[in-house]
Amino acid sequence: MPSPVDIFLWGAFPYIAVAILISGLIWRYRYDKFGWTTRSSELYESRLLRWGSPMFHFGLLVVLLGHILGLFIPAGWTAAVGVSETFYSFLAVTLGIVAGVLTYAGIALLIWRRRTTGPVFLATTVNDKAMYVFLVAALTAGLATTLINASTLHYDYRVDVSPWVRSLFVFQPEVALMARTPIEYRVHTITGLVLFAIVPFTRLVHAFAAPVQYLFRPYIVYRARDPRNLGTAALRPGWKRSDV
Amino acid sequence: MRVMAQICMVMNLDKCIGCHTCSVTCKQTWTSRPGVEYVWFNNVETRPGQGYPRRYEDQERWRGGWKLTSRGRLVPRAGGRARRLASIFANPLLPNIRDYYEPWTYDYNALFDTPAGDDFPVAAPRSLISGERMNTITWSANWDDNLGGMPEHESDDVVLQRIQDKVRMELEQTFMFYLPRICEHCINPSCVASCPSGALYKRVEDGIVLVDQDRCRGWRMCVTGCPYKKMYFNHRTGKAEKCTFCFPRIEVGQPTVCSETCVGRLRYIGVLLYDADRAPEAAATPREQDLYPAQLGLFLNPHDPEVRRAAEQAGIPHDWVQAARRSPVYDLIATYGVALPLHPEYRTLPMVWYVPPLSPVVEAITASGHDGEDYRNLFGAIDTLRIPVSYLAELFTAGDPAPVELALRRLAAMRSHRRRINLGEPVDPEIAASVGFDVDKLDRMFRLLSLAKYEERYVIPTAAAGDVRRLEETELSGCSLDYEGGPGMGGTESSGPFGEASGRPAPLSVETFHGLRERQTSESAAETAGHRGRINLLNWDGRGLPEGLFPKRREDGDGHGDGHGDGRRDGHVDRGEEPGAGPGEVSGRGEGGES
Ligand code: HEM
Ligand code: SF4
Ligand code: SF4
Repeated sequence: MPSPVDIFLWGAFPYIAVAILISGLIWRYRYDKFGWTTRSSELYESRLLRWGSPMFHFGLLVVLLGHILGLFIPAGWTAAVGVSETFYSFLAVTLGIVAGVLTYAGIALLIWRRRTTGPVFLATTVNDKAMYVFLVAALTAGLATTLINASTLHYDYRVDVSPWVRSLFVFQPEVALMARTPIEYRVHTITGLVLFAIVPFTRLVHAFAAPVQYLFRPYIVYRARDPRNLGTAALRPGWKRSDV
Repeated sequence: MRVMAQICMVMNLDKCIGCHTCSVTCKQTWTSRPGVEYVWFNNVETRPGQGYPRRYEDQERWRGGWKLTSRGRLVPRAGGRARRLASIFANPLLPNIRDYYEPWTYDYNALFDTPAGDDFPVAAPRSLISGERMNTITWSANWDDNLGGMPEHESDDVVLQRIQDKVRMELEQTFMFYLPRICEHCINPSCVASCPSGALYKRVEDGIVLVDQDRCRGWRMCVTGCPYKKMYFNHRTGKAEKCTFCFPRIEVGQPTVCSETCVGRLRYIGVLLYDADRAPEAAATPREQDLYPAQLGLFLNPHDPEVRRAAEQAGIPHDWVQAARRSPVYDLIATYGVALPLHPEYRTLPMVWYVPPLSPVVEAITASGHDGEDYRNLFGAIDTLRIPVSYLAELFTAGDPAPVELALRRLAAMRSHRRRINLGEPVDPEIAASVGFDVDKLDRMFRLLSLAKYEERYVIPTAAAGDVRRLEETELSGCSLDYEGGPGMGGTESSGPFGEASGRPAPLSVETFHGLRERQTSESAAETAGHRGRINLLNWDGRGLPEGLFPKRREDGDGHGDGHGDGRRDGHVDRGEEPGAGPGEVSGRGEGGES
């Protein structure tokens, strides 16, 4: 019988985090479209950013992809297409380590740059600093998990972590599965979920504006002036624009 | 044929005296805020010179504009969509702040605070980017003004480099003129094409290219896309900003601020009708030298009844079509053929055109002891003075001297013709004929270039006749402080829940108002501990009271904050502080309110 703490952490907290994420995004989109930006600091400094930012972002994209593959593709499926368990975990661990180290080195470079480049540091808000704490915590826990996994006898997270994640989606959380995983997995999961929850309230929201639509758009955009909105003055309540 | 209308500008370079009034008034209006200290929507460059930002014309380096692929397709020179997205995390083609210049202010307070002593106190320069002392100021938006730094910087002029194989510039033969630049509001804008979020757009009604501040996500690709480097990155809000062609003024039929205040009265604004269907084809003209004629071919003759019918069918309002018929811009570009586009080889089909300057030629002749007003001398000089002509051709026609020569000949003919009239000599129709005009046409061109009144230089139809009253930012029916969230959160003071730049944007007028008030009343003149206290005395309008200038007033607690300034404005602020003052979604830079 799982303890109440386990029930909360593995049965309720994931839903809370995702709920905060989704409602936070909606709220921010509604009230702070103007603040929804990368706040790029490349104008100030580009020599370090040119290395740090792609390392971090591309590394992170691979890490994300790895999570999706690992958590959502059941072990049975990969076995069915002829990928042996040893080969799979070899691939997962190598790729995970390469991408994780790349991401980690990238973020280290970015933080170092942020601290040492005067203008960039000046443009760093308290919110940014707090965000880096959570981000680095999640990345550290994640990389540690991978490294521990690689150095010890192979523990297969696809036996309990992955089914637990999938169980969340059908609203039948199998708390017991997650509660028995090694401690590093549990820490990583919690830090990751916390990171989800803070995304809408930090500069990390820019990830949710990833401009994939650009690939499918004609180059030149035309827009008509909104006829209800000529000039910048608001219409007074009770007044209506005449159509003459 | 798909007729579209565009508001377009022509500048007569012969008349520019390089006074920078246009730049300063533009800056006062649009970019006197923190985050855009280094930004000049309008700047005036001395030519030859590097320009602003430095060497922006070097497209081998910056890769702005479009290029033709081997199969004749038009793609942004910096790469297509996939290439752009691949370099989104760090954009190697983004200019650094030092390519513009590091904006600064001075420690004016040192002048007041320094204890009495033997030495004069000094107001040392302080960077507005890092907040640190700057030892020497080494560059600015017009550091090489009036050929300052020549010949040291001469070799850095991109255009000069291109023609240098042909002629070396002799210092004794140096010619010089000024080139005022704003955004070109291109027909084929590569800034729009490179914006991944689709926040940049060309307005259907008047062709003005704008940034939707609510959609911009700060991917900063547009800065790379624009070959004229007229897209700027606001480093505090993390959003792109650009010249707006003063759309709030244009909408009510007023010229842009730069035009309104131009000392030389050299700017013309009017409507051009063009065929949007053929625009992509024109921009993809294989030979660069053919781009000018190709763009010329896009413009439709508003005097042709067929064109007018097509225009009205395309939904262009009647008064716009009428304005197109009276357009000074159409006359200079098409009827007289004296205006030329700036760098057509970038393939963006720019819409701010220039009448090339004849004065370098006249000066050269006069300096050599000949009569600089005689058209035969002038024609001869245009032919033999290779330097100015090939330089101008590199600027305006991708190197083809013929159109530049023709424009200069027409200006020269006009000059000689009018001199004869001034001196009471008989009119010589030969002069007009030599440039393919008749005397009447030459006289009309003279009128337009020399005498034209305000109403003739600016023929601007309003956005919607029935709406004129509501278009102004502040007028009776609506206060510009009535935007969502209400006043008090405005401008430089505001900081949304997610640090600076989050939260609803304040209308620009409000932000400027708050910024100005803050600068005038802040504790110290150059406090740089936070960004808040940044002050730029360049923007001080002399009306406020910097702290410490006068003894403190008795606080009488009438609620009017600082107890000075414009009472009416204070009244507005107070009224607006009631909750729920803002009924609408309107802001200076929201949907339809752009910057
Ligand atoms: C695929 C979607 C994403 C895109 C297109 C993207 C793009 C960008 C861009 C353009 C910058 C600004 C770099 C600069 O010029 O200063 C940036 C910064 C940053 N991004 Fe992303 N990003 C994405 C996803 C993410 C994700 C998922 C995270 C983390 C969870 C993240 C974390 C950051 C951080 C921490 C910075 C600040 C770096 C610094 O200057 O210190 N990004 N991103
Ligand atoms: S000149 Fe203006 S419209 Fe043309 S590409 Fe540059 S920013 Fe865009
Ligand atoms: S105000 Fe007119 S004359 Fe003065 S620099 Fe600007 S364009 Fe030239």
